[in-house]
Parts: sequence; C-alpha cells; structure tokens
Amino acid sequence: MITAAVQQRENYLTAGHGLKSWLLTKDHKRIALLYFFTITVFFFLGGVFASMIRLELITPQGDLMSSDTYNKMFTMHGIIMVFFFLVPSIPATLGNFFLPIMIGARDLAFPRINLLSWYLLVIGGGFALFAMFAGGVDTGWTFYTPYSTTYSNTWVLATAVGVFIAGFSSILTGLNFIVTVHRMRAPGMTWFRMPLFVWANYATALIQVLGTPVLAVTLVLVFAERALHIGIFDPALGGDPVLFQHLFWFYSHPAVYIMVLPGMGVISELISTFSRKPVYGYSFIAASSLAIAIIGFLVWGHHLFVSTQSVYAGMVFSFLSYFVAIPSAIKVFNWTATLYKGSISFETPMLYAFGFIGLFTIGGLTGLFLASLGLDVHVTDTYFVIAHFHYVMVGGTIMAYLGGIHYWWPKMTGRMYPDGWAKLSAGIIFLGFNLTFFPQFILGYMGMPRRYHAYPDEFQVLHVLSSAGASVLAIGYLLPAIYFAWSLKYGPVAGPNPWGATGLEWKTDSPPPTHNFDEIPVVNHEAYDYTSVEAELA
Amino acid sequence: MHKAESHGGAAVHPLALREQFDTVEQQRDCSTLGMWIFLITEVMFFGGMFLAYSIYRTKYPEVFAVASTSLNVYIGATNTVVLLCSSFTMVMAVRASALGKQKAIVGWLLMTLLFGLTFLGVKAFEWNEKFELHHVPGFANFHLAGVEPQGAAQIFFALYFCMTGLHALHMVVGVGLLSWLVWQARRGKYTSEYMTPVDISGLYWHFVDIVWIFLFPLLYLIDRHLGK
Repeated sequence: MITAAVQQRENYLTAGHGLKSWLLTKDHKRIALLYFFTITVFFFLGGVFASMIRLELITPQGDLMSSDTYNKMFTMHGIIMVFFFLVPSIPATLGNFFLPIMIGARDLAFPRINLLSWYLLVIGGGFALFAMFAGGVDTGWTFYTPYSTTYSNTWVLATAVGVFIAGFSSILTGLNFIVTVHRMRAPGMTWFRMPLFVWANYATALIQVLGTPVLAVTLVLVFAERALHIGIFDPALGGDPVLFQHLFWFYSHPAVYIMVLPGMGVISELISTFSRKPVYGYSFIAASSLAIAIIGFLVWGHHLFVSTQSVYAGMVFSFLSYFVAIPSAIKVFNWTATLYKGSISFETPMLYAFGFIGLFTIGGLTGLFLASLGLDVHVTDTYFVIAHFHYVMVGGTIMAYLGGIHYWWPKMTGRMYPDGWAKLSAGIIFLGFNLTFFPQFILGYMGMPRRYHAYPDEFQVLHVLSSAGASVLAIGYLLPAIYFAWSLKYGPVAGPNPWGATGLEWKTDSPPPTHNFDEIPVVNHEAYDYTSVEAELA
Repeated sequence: MHKAESHGGAAVHPLALREQFDTVEQQRDCSTLGMWIFLITEVMFFGGMFLAYSIYRTKYPEVFAVASTSLNVYIGATNTVVLLCSSFTMVMAVRASALGKQKAIVGWLLMTLLFGLTFLGVKAFEWNEKFELHHVPGFANFHLAGVEPQGAAQIFFALYFCMTGLHALHMVVGVGLLSWLVWQARRGKYTSEYMTPVDISGLYWHFVDIVWIFLFPLLYLIDRHLGK
C-alpha cells in the first residue's frame, strides 16, 4: 500500500503492529495520533449538540425540545468542546507530534507520562460521556454555584469528576513540554532559534501548569459542596457563590489562551512557509506569547463585571483586559508584515492562516467591546458574547488547528491530501463560519440573551441565517474527515519536504522514524532560514 | 548539551538511561525539573484552598478564632514535630544514597515511612474525635458551642477537613512512594550514580511537610494568645 521508496525505511507507523502496539506506545508521534483520533470523536459529538441547539433556534417557539433539554444541549456542547476538544486540541496532537522533532529531540522528556495523560483524557471523557448518557447535565459549562451545588438535579458530580481528571491530562502535557523545551534541545538549538510554534506551546504549557490546578481544586470544592453541603459556596450557610466565579475564571480565562496560543504558533509557521520569508519580528512574537501567558492570569475579573464585583476592581480588570490585547495585536501586525514582499502561495494551510487572521482579529476586537465596563453591561450574557468567543475559539483555534493538520499531514502520514477538495472545504468553512456567527453579534447587540430556547419573532431571520450557516459549516468539517481518510491510501506520496519549509521536522523522513532522526541534527542557523532550504532543494 | 556518542555507549549505566536521553545528567536534570514543576502545580492546587481560607477568615474572624481553639493544639504540635523529624530522616536517606550506603538508605527510608504513618494515625484519631464532637460539616447534628452563625463555624470545619484531608491524601501518596523506594533500595537499585527517585521523592516529601507547616498555625493557632 505504501510505495517502494517509502517502504524500504521503517517509520513510526510501521514500527509496531496491532492494537497493543498503539495502546502501550511511548512514541510521542503515536500518542499524538491517539489524541487526534480521540478529540476528533469529541469534536463531532460536540458538533451534534451544537446542531441540536441550532435546530431548536430556527423557530421562535421552543418546539423541538423542552427548555430543560435545551439547557443540557448547550451545557454538553460547551463541556465537550472546551475540556475535551479545544484544550487538548493543538498541544496534544500537533504539539505532541512536532514539538520534540522541531527542537531536535528523540521524544518528550517523559514518554510514559505522555501516554498517561492520554489515558487520563480518555477516562475523564468516559465520566463526561457517562453523565451525558445517564441523563445529562444542565449547569452550563461554567458550573456556576449555587445552581450546580444546590439546585441542579442533573449529573453534575460525574461531569465534574470527568473534567477534573481531564485537567490532570492537560497539566501533565504542559509539564512534559516545559521540561522537554528546557532540557532536550539539540546542539545549537538555542532559545531564539526555536520555531515560534514551540514558543507558543511553551507559553501554553506555563498556563496549563499554573492554571489547571486551580480548576482542579475548585472542582474539589464544588464536589464537596454538592455531595456534603459543607457551605463554602452556599449563601444560606454564610458561604459565597461568587468565590466560585473567581476561582473558576482564574483558570478559565487563562484557559482561552491555552486554547488559542498554540493556534497562533501554527499561524506563525504557516505564514512564514507560504510567504517564504522569516517571520517578521520573531523575538516580538516569541515574547508576546509569554506576555499573553502572564497578563492572561490578571484579567479574570472581566467575567464578573455584573457579579457584585466592586467598580474599582472592575476598572482594574477592564484596563488589564485592554492591556492583554496588545501582545495579540503584536502578533497580527507581525504576521501581516511578514507577508509584505513575500513570495506568497495560496496552498490550503495558507488559506486557513488568512482565515485565522481575519476572524481572530474580529474576535479580538469584539473582546475589547466586552472589556469596557459600560458596554459590557449591555451585552453581558447575550449572543454578542457567544459570537465573540466563537470567533476566537472556532474562527481562531479551529482554523489554526485545521491549517496545521493540513500543513503537517504529509509529514504525519507521508501522503498528500487532495488539494482541490481541501481548498473547497477551507472556503466552505470560512463562509459557513461567518454565516453562523456574524448574525449572532447583531442578535446579541439587539438583546437576544444566551441560553434561551425561545425568543421574540423579530430575531428569527438572524437565527435562521445562523442555523443555515451551521449546516454549511458542518459540511465543511465533514469533508476533511473524508478526504483525509481517503488520502491515507490513495494520496500521492509527499516526500520529506513538500512545502519547501524550514524547521527540523522537514529534515527527516515523512513519516518520521521512531526516534525522529537517524542522527541528532546540529543546528547552525536561525529559525525560518530559507537560504539553507533553497540550497538543499536545488 | 547532547553528546551523541554516549547514547547507548559504555560510559553510562545501561539499565538506568532511557532511550530519549543522551546522558545520565540530562535524564537526572529532566526528572528533577519535572518534579519541581509538579510541585509548582501543587502550590497552585493548595493555593485555591488557602485563598478560600483567607476570604472566610477575613469574613468571620471571631467564629474562626473560637472554632480554632476547639482543635487540640497538643495533638497538632505533636504531628508537626513528627513531620519535621520525617523531613530530617528523608534528607538523611537522600544523603545515604548519594554516598551509596545501601543499608543506611533502607534504614532512613523506613524511619521516614514510620513517621509518615504515625502522622496519619494521629490524624485519623483527630478526625474521629471531630465526629464524636459533632464538628463535621454537612451533618445535620453539626454544632459548635458558643458561636453564631453556625454556618460560618461549619465553613471553618469544612476548610479544616478539605485542607487536612488533601494534605493527608498527599501523605498517603508519599507513604506509597516511600514503600516503593524501600523495596527498590533493598534490591540495591540506588547508587551514588543513580539516585534520582530517592532525590525527587524527597522533594515531594518536603513539600508535603511544608504544606503542613502552613496548615498548623492557620488552623490551630489563630487565637491562642487569649489563653483559651
């Protein structure tokens, strides 16, 4: 099935056969594929819940499902997508696969811990799935108290346990990445020669390690409160439900950077490769990743503008939320500057990169609306917020994720995907995405609240547009699943460096051998040095 | 820095070096750094509880003071001494493995293990007493004499149980680690060249001790100067 030229050399896919060789593997590349498969399943499951939401909202009446069922739908959509798809998405798949190769290492520092982290995600996912099939959970993905601890009659405990366990998966991935970047770089691979994808994953790992434990302890308290009524979040006993919101957002705001920073890393790679220029302002982009990781920990209060937070605290958090936009803007400006006088080719991954820049910019700028104290009161808990974070999470992270998957697919599998179909689906996704979520900005601004299954008649046109967009988007997401599967068998053989890209991952076979390199490379040039690639390809 | 020639070469302990590393030093560095980062995650993990503690202590200072005096300070102090001793014996175990003294490693580890179990035993006794005194939050019969509101007293004991409970859970993990180390050390696994597991388990053990060093005054010593 694989052509003779490739077959002669053993690679990580042919190094072992059978289910056991996968389930007990310590190879970071195989673990990355285990993650890839797992989160793809979660993605489509979360997508099913999203479809149910959009179906219900076609008509103003709550006619497809009861409001209780609707509550469960958006809750399970959120929990699956955030904790079981977006958080692991890029780091655990592309990061796991390429971070060690890009710094010239044979594997991550702790391969067994890496495998353990996948099992933790699966076990945590098992708890969440159990909760869903046993009857669902309806607290919203945010588990706000006292609803989650006192009033909800759904499977909160099982879901909390699932998210708790999945959190440790994320912590262990972050820990592994930090140690690997510090201690496993190849000779000559200095910090400022590392690809920006590695920098982005490193910054992400810092957040995973510092933020996720706080989510874990918060869930422990929620668990204790719900199971034992200890009073910590219960106003009847003198406890404070808002404390939960502080603890929760102390993790969950940085968590949006866990979700988007790795995507920004992917975009840096794509922009450079397909404009054949070193990234403009390399060190600024690297430093801005760290800046986002640090400042991102100081902005959680903007989720509490209407939750009894003092106006002075609100002002500080508002200022800091504006401040965290600066490093993101630095990235966007540097990417566009990289394009200037570049030799730009519109390959599929580059289409996703362009999509990312545009959509992330809209998502980021509307974030500034929400960071302003006065305007936020008007749009809090409306579809404006929904549209904002879907522009960042879906328009940003998923665009980057798909761009990255297309970019590195030939390296991971040794095969090219069908280019025409890929470009078509990139276009469909871009159109479908905007059709789905742009009307939601208007809906929210007009006053449509989130989490309602019925709404006044005048909102119907925009809701129908949004639901129509969602079905287009669904087609756009299904197409890659089909043509990627097709390409495994029928795709043209890719060769080691189909894009003429820099980076150590392109200097080894496609697919790479088990220990990545025949000989550990010695790095003697800066990142994105196209002169050396030209010489090799010539 | 990598030294490609040493990979699988004769210069290193063949069993101890895992294939992703080039040198034993690199492997040791990774393990140590990994443990330090893990301990940072632990700081954040306990940090959430400490935050909740500070908020409710600020909100209900009198209730916390009275509730704190209901804890037995002598038992708490005894356990503090026990843990400090266990940290000392752990240090000696690490030192013994650095010097390659096989019998001493096992001996010091066993003493550490014994101190750890003593702590847990005392803790279990203490918790049991709380049940007898109806100081366990979440039960309908919860009552602490002489304070209002009772809900705030319940929150104190909720924090007491959550914090000491999490700490005890970490002690149980530590006892498990120590048992494993004793078993390995008896087989002569640890030498002056390869002692990383003893070393990083020591880091973990000291961290768990330090948590208790914070817990003891915060829970037992809030209002002792009033002579209650």
